[in-house]
Amino acid sequence: MRLFKNVITRMILERVMLGILTLFAVSVLIFAATSILPGDAATAVLGQGATPETVKAYREELGLDRPAIVRYGDWLAGVVQGDLGTSLTTRQPISDSVIPRFENTLFLAGFAALIAVPLAIGLGIIAAINEGRLVDRVANIVSLGAISVPEFFVAYLLILFFAVKLGLFPTLATVFPEMGFFDRLYVTILPVIALIMIVTAHMLRMTRSAVLSVLSQPYIEMAFLKGLRRRSVIMQHALPNAAAPIISVVALNLAYLIVGVVVIEVVFVYPGLGQYMVDAVSKRDLPVVQGCALLFAATFVAVNALADILSVAINPRLRRSRH
Amino acid sequence: MKSSLQRPPLTAIIGLVIVATFLLLAIFGSYIAPYSEFETVGETWAPSSAEFLLGTDNLGRDILSRIIIGAQMTIGIAVTCTMLSFVIGTVVGLAASVASNVVDQIFSRSVDILLSIPVLIFALIVLSAFGSSMPVLILTIALIDAPRVFRVARALAMNVRNLEFVETAWLRGESRWWLMTREILPNILPPMISEFGLRFCFNFLIVAGLSFLGLGIQPPSADWGGMVRENGQAITFGISAPIWPALAIGLVTIGINLVVDWVLSMNARPSGASAEL
Amino acid sequence: MNEHVLKIRNLRIESVAGTTLVDGVDLTVARGEVLGLIGESGAGKSTIGLASMGYARAGCRIVGGTIELEGKELRSLGAEGRRDLRGTRIAYVAQSASASFNPAHTIMRQVCEIPVYHGLMTRAQAKAHAIELFRSLGLPEPEKFGEKYPHEVSGGQLQRAMAAMAIAGKPDILVFDEPTTALDVTTQIEVLALIKKIIWEFGTAALYITHDLAVVAQVADRIMVLRGGRTVEMGTCEQILSAPVEDYTRLLVAERDVHHSLVSDALVDAEKTVLEVDRVNAAYGSISILQDVSLTIAKGETLAVVGESGSGKSSLARVIVGLHSATSGSVRFEKKTLDPNCRNRSRTDQQGIQLVHQHPDVSLNPRQTIGNIIGRPARFYGGLSGRALKQKITELLKMVGLPENFAVRKPGTLSGGQKQRVSIARALAANPALIICDEPTSALDPLVAQEILELLVRLQRELGLSYLFITHDLGIVQRLAHRTLVLLKGEVVSIGATREVFSPPMHPYTQKLIESVPAMKTNWLDGVLAARADRTAREEPTAA
Repeated sequence: MRLFKNVITRMILERVMLGILTLFAVSVLIFAATSILPGDAATAVLGQGATPETVKAYREELGLDRPAIVRYGDWLAGVVQGDLGTSLTTRQPISDSVIPRFENTLFLAGFAALIAVPLAIGLGIIAAINEGRLVDRVANIVSLGAISVPEFFVAYLLILFFAVKLGLFPTLATVFPEMGFFDRLYVTILPVIALIMIVTAHMLRMTRSAVLSVLSQPYIEMAFLKGLRRRSVIMQHALPNAAAPIISVVALNLAYLIVGVVVIEVVFVYPGLGQYMVDAVSKRDLPVVQGCALLFAATFVAVNALADILSVAINPRLRRSRH
Repeated sequence: MKSSLQRPPLTAIIGLVIVATFLLLAIFGSYIAPYSEFETVGETWAPSSAEFLLGTDNLGRDILSRIIIGAQMTIGIAVTCTMLSFVIGTVVGLAASVASNVVDQIFSRSVDILLSIPVLIFALIVLSAFGSSMPVLILTIALIDAPRVFRVARALAMNVRNLEFVETAWLRGESRWWLMTREILPNILPPMISEFGLRFCFNFLIVAGLSFLGLGIQPPSADWGGMVRENGQAITFGISAPIWPALAIGLVTIGINLVVDWVLSMNARPSGASAEL
Repeated sequence: MNEHVLKIRNLRIESVAGTTLVDGVDLTVARGEVLGLIGESGAGKSTIGLASMGYARAGCRIVGGTIELEGKELRSLGAEGRRDLRGTRIAYVAQSASASFNPAHTIMRQVCEIPVYHGLMTRAQAKAHAIELFRSLGLPEPEKFGEKYPHEVSGGQLQRAMAAMAIAGKPDILVFDEPTTALDVTTQIEVLALIKKIIWEFGTAALYITHDLAVVAQVADRIMVLRGGRTVEMGTCEQILSAPVEDYTRLLVAERDVHHSLVSDALVDAEKTVLEVDRVNAAYGSISILQDVSLTIAKGETLAVVGESGSGKSSLARVIVGLHSATSGSVRFEKKTLDPNCRNRSRTDQQGIQLVHQHPDVSLNPRQTIGNIIGRPARFYGGLSGRALKQKITELLKMVGLPENFAVRKPGTLSGGQKQRVSIARALAANPALIICDEPTSALDPLVAQEILELLVRLQRELGLSYLFITHDLGIVQRLAHRTLVLLKGEVVSIGATREVFSPPMHPYTQKLIESVPAMKTNWLDGVLAARADRTAREEPTAA
């Protein structure tokens, strides 16, 4: 029992360290992309017509005259303490406006994931065990359609039918802090449906192939030759081994959720991190872009690390390794 | 070998027809379109009629004509991005497969880090730093996509690299370039071609998404993502103007996916236990 | 009670694409009887084995005939009825135990699955029964063994556990599908003994599937020879071995019977050493794989390197060709010390040693024509081009017994034996002094393998080639090798003239190896086992 705990603990620690390391590398990348390359924040904000003097003064004000490595150090130190810097356009602390928006985004994405993940896994498994049959073919065509169309197409169709034609839901997902939980659910229902459709389709297809690769293992054939029913073979022999690959599929596909959330927020004018970031990009408010990008990337890295840890925890091979 | 001679299934035929149609539009669009892409020919958001089959847009331009003419720009940019990312990704992937272990590990770990940033977020960062222009857009998407191509190419190449015929060439004293181009590349080409289709779809959707967010192809050029953006407001009045260009985007992707699906299924075998399932 | 446990009539199995896999096969297995099914790959033997359980793999369909198990016709029985019989009346033992166990569950759970699932025993009874089985199959700590996961026990133990799993439901008949094919000879003999014990102790009938006639002769009462999905011949074990009727069977029997050497020492130029390996040590990380290995090969000579998997024989080849660097020691080729890395060797050194690989399917680039494949070394080393190159290709094809028009074909259209001929031609194209053959025939069917060996001998005679021949097959060694090196865990156990290495006094390991090779006679296994028991008894009189 001690052994089991040690191996698991060690592997989990490894995953956590790897996640932190990745996040560090990502922060360097984000900072480098926005700060070291030409066209810095000063010229971006002041425009091409600004005199060299104004640019110089502005650069000094922003601290851009210092070496990049020093600026990165300051930025990172701030980030670790929860300070993402100051917006160039509003001159307000970025953290103050980012945090409520990030919560909104988490609400939207979490709501969608809560429905999409079990739906996709269930449908993916059903498609896999019915490979080649009608259910599978329908799932294949429908999901292929859903991954092919852009997010905004799904969103506009939903608005056109459910909001404009039928008048069931609002066209815009306006939320404000004092809003009650069920009101929130109600106004976000269309963006959530759009997200579910996109994410479910991707996840379903990958779950299906993960389950199929387990089903082609010799021990599945052996289970049939032992006289087990199809149901028992799937429940007792296939699914326990498919769990780990399915978990990584889910984590991987949350990337589509992140991309989707940015576009969907813009379509429904939802006050989330995605819309905020897009806004900052068009205003070239680099510190805000950095902060938002870091939050998105951190979420993605964290979810993947979590998935890794989960697959370690449920793997019987690792649970009691000889080493 | 035999199955490739069989008649393609209905879905594949639909896919081929869609792809062929849009390719023709992309090449000959300006000759086919009934109106010019810039000219105001009707009222704002006129409904569909015999005159304007899909109606007019926010500036009274014919939507059908703009879709037809926009095909070139919209598809062209995604094709250029994908070709660029494929050249980079495949060359580096092949190189990693014949390089020393250390070099390969350096490549692979760097790519892991690049892949831990979602594509759209990555694109937004770069575009905010450089501003959006055609070359920046193409380079950005290509460079963001290249690590993904690299991963696939390297994995495929590694499978081939460990085969005995590559070892034989290596022992013979052939150069690494020979191994990459003569021994490995021809053997990974078929799966890479279907991968090209999939990556194109992905890049196509990302470019469309960026244009929709106002950060991609800049107006007044007709491009589908941008058209959706310009006409987005119309939807609240129940006008379907933004639906058409969005549908065009979806159709192209569906068409390619159907063809790729068919190509992949030709080489796929039924999985092991499905006889009893 | 029915006299026949299994009775198959006019069985026809097709692939979904429509090709016939099994064509009109009839067989019966009486209670307690063992029927051996033998044939090359593609003979349909595994497909028949699975069909006897009413099972067809994905892509196959049973299209005709009847399969009666205990008097019940499986095809008309329906899925539920077939499931009731599987595991309880008929059970399956697969080739690979490690792939057949579900990695997610303990061994105990999987061994108890048949009796519990089919309601033959309660879980507690099944557990007690399983522990009994573990004990009688000689598994360590039978009470605790079942708590382990499949990856926690050795391959040999897992093989035993799979046997326990198969007999846990007390079936009337067992299907053994190549249970020893992936094993070394010394392990094979133990598994064979185990299978015999099971059949004898539990009185089960069996269908024993293998490609090795000598193996099946040890366990089977009757043998059925299959080829291309059809029955070639069927008879008792003695009759098949001593008086085969059909030509094909006769060739199969004769193949293993050849013990006379195909080579003579007359053509060996003992004065001229081609290769000299001097006290080579090698390791993968901290694991030592070769220890002080020395050998020499003279011009026109074949040195066989024999050993089981993990003995380091392939690593030795990799050190010689320069794919793996030795930690100490030297390799000299034609009196020059070779660089440990093949990439730093001179063209003439690279050219002089050629390698023929084990797997014909992956040793030729499927995207190149045969002409390009065998022409490349001639162009690369010899600078040939145009007409001269074309002539050389034709000449090489002729040398290995392939028609000229093969030059424009691609490897995918060739059979395994033809591909191996192309591999040999490619090696010859470099004009080598030494060819290292790494198990070149182990992936081939016996009759094809025989032809390749004869080709190699002919080429040696004609061109004065030297061979380093890596194999685990002692039959090949005795036919082909002038001298033999026996390798055990990276150390040279014995080296010398083949005849001397395999004549008494032998090193104990060599003796064990040679004893473990199944002979083409029915009572070989019993003899070996008796001799072993005898020896153990004599060595440890007190313990006995």
